[in-house]
Amino acid sequence: MTSAESRGVRLETEAVGFRYSGKTALEDISLRVEPGEVVGLLGPNGSGKSTLIRILSGILPHYEGAARVDGAEVRTTRRRDLASKLAVVPQETSFGFPFTVLETVLMGRHPHLAGLAFETQQDVELARAALDRCGVAHLADRTIQELSSGERQRVVFARALAQEPRALLLDEPTSFLDIRHQTELYDLVRELAIADGTAVLTVLHDLNLAAEYCDRIYLLRQGRRAAAGPTDEVLTYANLTAVFETEVYVDTNHLTGQLLVVPLSGRVRRELAGKDPETP
Amino acid sequence: MRSSEPLTQGRLLAWTLVLGAALALSVLLGVAWGTSSLSLVDLLPGGPPLSEQARAVFVDVRLPRVLAAAVLGGALSVAGVVFQALLRNPLADPYVLGVSGGASIGGVLALLLGLGGAASLLGELAVPAFAFLGALGALFLIEWVATVGGKLTVYTVLLTGAIFNAFAAALIYFIQTIASLEQLHAIVFYLMGSVPLLGYRGVGLLAAASVLATVALLSMARDYNALTIGEEGAAQLGVDVERIKRRTFVLGSLLTGLAVSVAGLIGFVGLVVPHLLRLLLGPDHRLLLPAALLGGGSFLVLADLVARVVVAPGELPVGVVTALVGGPFFLSLLRRRGARYDFS
Repeated sequence: MTSAESRGVRLETEAVGFRYSGKTALEDISLRVEPGEVVGLLGPNGSGKSTLIRILSGILPHYEGAARVDGAEVRTTRRRDLASKLAVVPQETSFGFPFTVLETVLMGRHPHLAGLAFETQQDVELARAALDRCGVAHLADRTIQELSSGERQRVVFARALAQEPRALLLDEPTSFLDIRHQTELYDLVRELAIADGTAVLTVLHDLNLAAEYCDRIYLLRQGRRAAAGPTDEVLTYANLTAVFETEVYVDTNHLTGQLLVVPLSGRVRRELAGKDPETP
Repeated sequence: MRSSEPLTQGRLLAWTLVLGAALALSVLLGVAWGTSSLSLVDLLPGGPPLSEQARAVFVDVRLPRVLAAAVLGGALSVAGVVFQALLRNPLADPYVLGVSGGASIGGVLALLLGLGGAASLLGELAVPAFAFLGALGALFLIEWVATVGGKLTVYTVLLTGAIFNAFAAALIYFIQTIASLEQLHAIVFYLMGSVPLLGYRGVGLLAAASVLATVALLSMARDYNALTIGEEGAAQLGVDVERIKRRTFVLGSLLTGLAVSVAGLIGFVGLVVPHLLRLLLGPDHRLLLPAALLGGGSFLVLADLVARVVVAPGELPVGVVTALVGGPFFLSLLRRRGARYDFS
């Protein structure tokens, strides 16, 4: 998977645990993302996915166990050094000030610039290239506040690209994107993994996207690991119904040979159960 | 004007020169225009010699006062810019974080105790010294309350500041009710805010402190840009968020405390000037901070000029002028651009 000119770095955790004011959010999580891999982090709401992303990105330094980016322990790494290797795309970003799209993407150069330095022409070209790759080059001069949430999210992804990251953490980045832009963004993620050897850890709710784009999956439930392994071994009827505590229909996508998962509504679940006392 | 291109050193330099020239022009105007007739022509070298009285008006009264207005306006505007960045809200002003309440208590107490007169031990320095002590006290109190688990929580700072300001206002009302009529007059006038007569040494100290604080804040300008996307996002871009927040809170509060100590509560400067400059120049703090120092100076020099001449030979507190001009202006701005501040 790793290409010859890979500049990717490994992400790993060893027996990581985390408590929010005494309450356990994560316990004994060990995972590893090698350069060039796209690894999915799946699980129900509140299962600790975002907590793990925040630990790896240095936001929650009081974790137990070890969390390393490029072999360096996250809690003792300087923010700048971490940010020059690792970019994060959150689910949503709020913008309180009217920066232009280009200025917003240039913020991705922050960890690479010294103290008071101004962005060079090279930085600007890098930012424009990132906008182009994300299909939002035409928005460069608009202010970020004027954009739709889907457009904003692509700008945020362009900012992450401008950071020239060697590893990427994505926290449900496509929640606000339509199906075309969902696939375009993950196509780009794949391309980064293959061409640059970027290590990608992504939180996903869309199981079909996960099936299509992830090499491996970690399935979390109540802060603990429920299953881990190659995508087709983890995304099974038994695992999904147990972890998400709902019924799903699992089939094969005959076009791609990948898994096809459809969550079932209460109506269908009741019909399957053969009795429906609530309907007259 | 607001350029869609990213900021360059060239544009920063150009705007610094333009706003510097505007400040110089405002100072000249402020010096030349006043209740006693003294025109710019009189000041030109080679003109007829100035009378002793005119020289005294110019050198001892008008110039130091105009310079003080320039420094105070700059300091308040810079504090406004950084508090807006810290709170991620372009509608914050330097007084929201409570330091002004502490300074007011100190100043009013000094006036109540009769320490303000020229005959007292500390003389003219008593009121600003007490006020500054009050500002420092408020600063430490608010920082102590709002620090949870080693982190400065911005919303707790804001809330603590608001509560402290309300407490300070109540305390001042209490002092006003027990004060003599003469003291009451001095207290009311102090609180309304006016540009003081400081003397060159005082103005020099104030200017040095303001410029130093601005330079220190300017060194964090790119961090402020990143902070506009939120603390977590900024941290993930490599910003040492806790250090930046704490330094900004302390430096901004010191600037505000200094200004309130010597001039009372001059409102709207720290709100209107940053806001106007952001509209004019864009939100990049590398340009916004020096622009606020210079533009805020011009704004207050001109406001003080108005305060001196409209009801001549009497004089308005400059805080009345800035609020009378700033209030309606700001409302109309909000009416037209309010949609941009929808944070939901």
